Amino acid sequence: MEHIRTTKVEQVKLLDRFSTSNKSLTGTLYLTATHLLFIDSHQKETWILHHHIASVEKLALTTSGCPLVIQCKNFRIVHFIVPRERDCHDIYNSLLQLSKQERLQGWQLIDLAEEYKRMGVPNSHWQLSDANREYKICETYPRELYVPRIASKPIIVGSSKFRSKGRFPVLSYYHQDKEAAICRCSQPLSGFSARCLEDEHLLQAVSKANPVNRYMYVMDTRPKLNAMANRAAGKGYENEDNYSNIRFQFVGIENIHVMRSSLQKLLEVSGTKGLSVNDFYSGLESSGWLRHIKAVMDAAIFLAKAIMVENASVLVHCSDGWDRTSQVCSLGSLLLDSYYRTIKGFMVLIEKDWISFGHKFSERCGHLDGDPKEVSPVFTQFLECVWHLTEQFPQAFEFNEAFLLQIHEHIHSCQFGNFLGNCQKEREELKLKEKTYSLWPFLLEDQKKYLNPLYSFKSQRFTVLEPNTVSFNFKFWRNMYHQFDRTLHPRQSVFNIIMNMNEQNKQLQKDIQDLESKIKRHKNKQTDGILTKELVHSVCPESPTLKTSLCFKEQTLLPVNDALRTIEGSSPADNRYSEYAEEFSKSEPAVVSLEYGVARMTC
Amino acid sequence: MEFAELIKTPRVDNVVLHRPFYPAVEGTLCLTGHHLILSSRQDNTEELWLLHSNIDAIDKRFVGSLGTIIIKCKDFRIIQLDIPGMEECLNIASSIEALSTLDSITLMYPFFYRPMFEVIEDGWHSFLPEQEFELYSSATSEWRLSYVNKEFAVCPSYPPIVIVPKSVDDEALRKVATFRHGGRFPVLSYYHKKNGMVIMRSGQPLTGTNGRRCKEDEKLINATLRAGKRGYIIDTRSLNVAQQARAKGGGFEQEAHYPQWRRIHKSIERYHILQESLIKFVEACNEQTHNMDRWLSKLEASNWLTHIKEILTTACLAAQCIDREGASVLIHGTEGIDSTLQVTSLAQIILEPRSRTIRGFEALTEREWLQAGHPFQQRCAQSAYCNSKQKWEAPVFLLFLDCVWQILRQFPCSFEFNEHFLIMLFEHAYASQFGTFLGNNESERCKLKLQQKTMSLWSWVNRPNELSKFTNPLFEANNLVIWPSVAPQSLQLWEGIFLRWNRTSKYLDEAYEEMVNIIEYNKELQAKVNILRRQLAELETEDGMQESP
Repeated sequence: MEHIRTTKVEQVKLLDRFSTSNKSLTGTLYLTATHLLFIDSHQKETWILHHHIASVEKLALTTSGCPLVIQCKNFRIVHFIVPRERDCHDIYNSLLQLSKQERLQGWQLIDLAEEYKRMGVPNSHWQLSDANREYKICETYPRELYVPRIASKPIIVGSSKFRSKGRFPVLSYYHQDKEAAICRCSQPLSGFSARCLEDEHLLQAVSKANPVNRYMYVMDTRPKLNAMANRAAGKGYENEDNYSNIRFQFVGIENIHVMRSSLQKLLEVSGTKGLSVNDFYSGLESSGWLRHIKAVMDAAIFLAKAIMVENASVLVHCSDGWDRTSQVCSLGSLLLDSYYRTIKGFMVLIEKDWISFGHKFSERCGHLDGDPKEVSPVFTQFLECVWHLTEQFPQAFEFNEAFLLQIHEHIHSCQFGNFLGNCQKEREELKLKEKTYSLWPFLLEDQKKYLNPLYSFKSQRFTVLEPNTVSFNFKFWRNMYHQFDRTLHPRQSVFNIIMNMNEQNKQLQKDIQDLESKIKRHKNKQTDGILTKELVHSVCPESPTLKTSLCFKEQTLLPVNDALRTIEGSSPADNRYSEYAEEFSKSEPAVVSLEYGVARMTC
Repeated sequence: MEFAELIKTPRVDNVVLHRPFYPAVEGTLCLTGHHLILSSRQDNTEELWLLHSNIDAIDKRFVGSLGTIIIKCKDFRIIQLDIPGMEECLNIASSIEALSTLDSITLMYPFFYRPMFEVIEDGWHSFLPEQEFELYSSATSEWRLSYVNKEFAVCPSYPPIVIVPKSVDDEALRKVATFRHGGRFPVLSYYHKKNGMVIMRSGQPLTGTNGRRCKEDEKLINATLRAGKRGYIIDTRSLNVAQQARAKGGGFEQEAHYPQWRRIHKSIERYHILQESLIKFVEACNEQTHNMDRWLSKLEASNWLTHIKEILTTACLAAQCIDREGASVLIHGTEGIDSTLQVTSLAQIILEPRSRTIRGFEALTEREWLQAGHPFQQRCAQSAYCNSKQKWEAPVFLLFLDCVWQILRQFPCSFEFNEHFLIMLFEHAYASQFGTFLGNNESERCKLKLQQKTMSLWSWVNRPNELSKFTNPLFEANNLVIWPSVAPQSLQLWEGIFLRWNRTSKYLDEAYEEMVNIIEYNKELQAKVNILRRQLAELETEDGMQESP
């Protein structure tokens, strides 16, 4: 509302675009929170929705007033002449703000400061540091970073100089009950022997910020060999001798290049026509894809266990600390905190560990014609790990598979601003918040589609997830990698049915309430009318035949549901089923469903 | 023989039982003629009540005087008993070994089992061939029941009553029987009411190397063709294998003698190849420590899913011929008692809505497996842990059930039964208190007098109490042909069977329960809304009557 400076301007002229004689209507212009309204002298109304406004233009002042041209997305163009220039200016500014406002509000949906508050920081051990407020220490980190209270600025600055790309250890997740933290950073520039006292101090500060456990884990998510090779380039990993109280651990997740070619192999295999079972499994094996997924999952489990079982804080890094580190930190948090398993919480998690900490979405997703070697399905792997968790814990997640697929769709779609750019600084420079929309409000609007009907939010059983990573628990994610190959999917979706039934149950509950109140009203009316009834009675005795003749028919209440469940039903409510029905009605031979692998009738 | 002779030590105290998902329990182990029982004597419950016939193999080992027996069951479960005392342990082990491999069928548990439930419907008479035939006879008059095999003389593995073309007399059938492997002359397996096409099955023709022919055989199968129509012969063996069979007197239908038929060769494996596949597959699933590569390569090497794909593909092909091409089909392999039955029964699952109901599936099992002469006794004598290299064991029926499960997964609302129903059938095929799966064919079952001496599985299953456990809450009958996808990406590991004892299904079970709850709740709400609507309608008419005068 604060954007509306003038709500009403009188004596405004509305020009006819195509009239040669500059014909016009005079009337009053009103500005509301949602619409621009013009009422002319004949009381005819013209409503323009702010959302429809594509551009507003103020032309040079004329003798009759100040012209204001508004172009709408629905191709309407209106040309006003406002008598006083000041009024025109006010309206112009208000309209600009109002048409943008929705965008900005969308960006406010996820507030990371709020999220850190939810985790319980700042507190007596952790504080917000302003060291990176101007992106001076680390360009790829967000402005607001949480560090141990006892870590002074010189220590932070010193440590950042000893870390690849200046990505010094900062807080990623704080576990309130255990008072333990997940921290993240990049590899140290240790080479073969270099050390940095500030960095050592900072790590000590992290472990001291945990009052329960004195030692902390340092997880290098790379394979040991890769980490050692990095030493030759003046990088490397922490030397346990130099840091007090650290327990160093490699977890062996491969780098972006290995992941890229792994996915490529996987797609090659799964895309083969007439694929045999053996080729499929040997291809699945040689692609290594599930091995990598398991490695990420195992790392996250290690992290979660360190916190839950040992009460220890953990510092996670890889090389630059924006790929594997993001995977492990976010997945670890998801195992520990049921909030991240809700729709909103999952958005927060992605904003925090992926977007704000500078996972290079633009490069990893190949948004622009960049270096093809920078493209890698790191985020896809994260989503797949989450999917595997939803398979093992079908009731632990508020969202469903469609939600994951939709997010995956949009990291590549460039339709929303969230995943554009490689880090927060870049996004600010691109003015994404002003120029683009945020994905999250759009997903929330469609929330119904993404709800898991089996989600049990009440139970506390799922506070910490302990997945089983025996190899046989990992499956090829058909609905991701064959999303668009309908013939490979189950033809009836239990999930959709249950989802619809859940919705319907809500409606039925409402119906019951309505009916009960109606019945109550009737009964009250009857007791009121009992006297009259007795009077009437003598005239018109209640006839039992009349009553039964009404012949109440049991109503079929649920046409939607029935249509959904029968594959013949072409319910518009569910595309999938109607498409399926079409498939059946095709008169062609069974090639529709049999083309994949079934022997053609060649004899 | 008395069981007592085999049981040297009937009771041992302080035995510790280890089994999947439960903490170890200490209790008393008892051996009876048919069961191995362990009870901790708390809450009056037995922790273990295991049929000897369910035991596939045992291992024993000793640490000092503490003996350990590892029991591997035919349902793939592995349990461990720690038995104090070497002598007791050896006695128990040798008793189990003897009792789990009784050589006479009549000593098996079904002959001793007395049901604790009231029999509502005798399962032995639930699916009589005459009744099954009535389902067809309303639609067609081209077929008849033949009693030519009444004494099992024409074909020992066929039932006494079979369905054959009306135009072919019993004398011709006798002649055809001599031309088909095992006397298995072509009989009706399925009649597709939609277009009158049929599936027939038989044994291979005995053409031999010199191309013997049999006019009656040709006449018999041609009798099923409409004028000008062609049919398909699906040989479940590869052309190569079929050609080799000629050397042993078998063979396949020559184009020259069967000009109206097109022959298609598929290759479904049999016998020890399937058995080895099962052994490898179960071994892979039981190993928890495999890394990903090892697991995937073991899964691949087992070939289990390859067999599934091959069987399903052939069944789809047969169904396609019937429903899409409008052509009748004759299916056979060598004997026509293994892969042939997999294909004919799966094709019916695809084509025939009735076979996707509980009773329909029971009828199908009865018709296409039991009556059709699948040798359950031989095939299911041993399971995935057997070491003996007898050549008759093969998980043919299990593969069929797995294929049904694959289709069920793809069409979760089209089946009246759920996964548990299939698992139950698997268990009873391998070890059971019921007589249904005893013997190798009807002739043997008659001689054993199973109907008089044992209880039918169906008598138990078809009681409302039991049925509720096997009913799929999502079932909505549909009359369509259901075409499954057979792409490797669509075929899955049947976790309910193969990972059943290797990972806890707690969360999955709870989710299933929640699903059932939602469905039940939905029904409840609907019922309530209906009652309230009726009440309201009544009140409204009362009001109306008050106002109307």
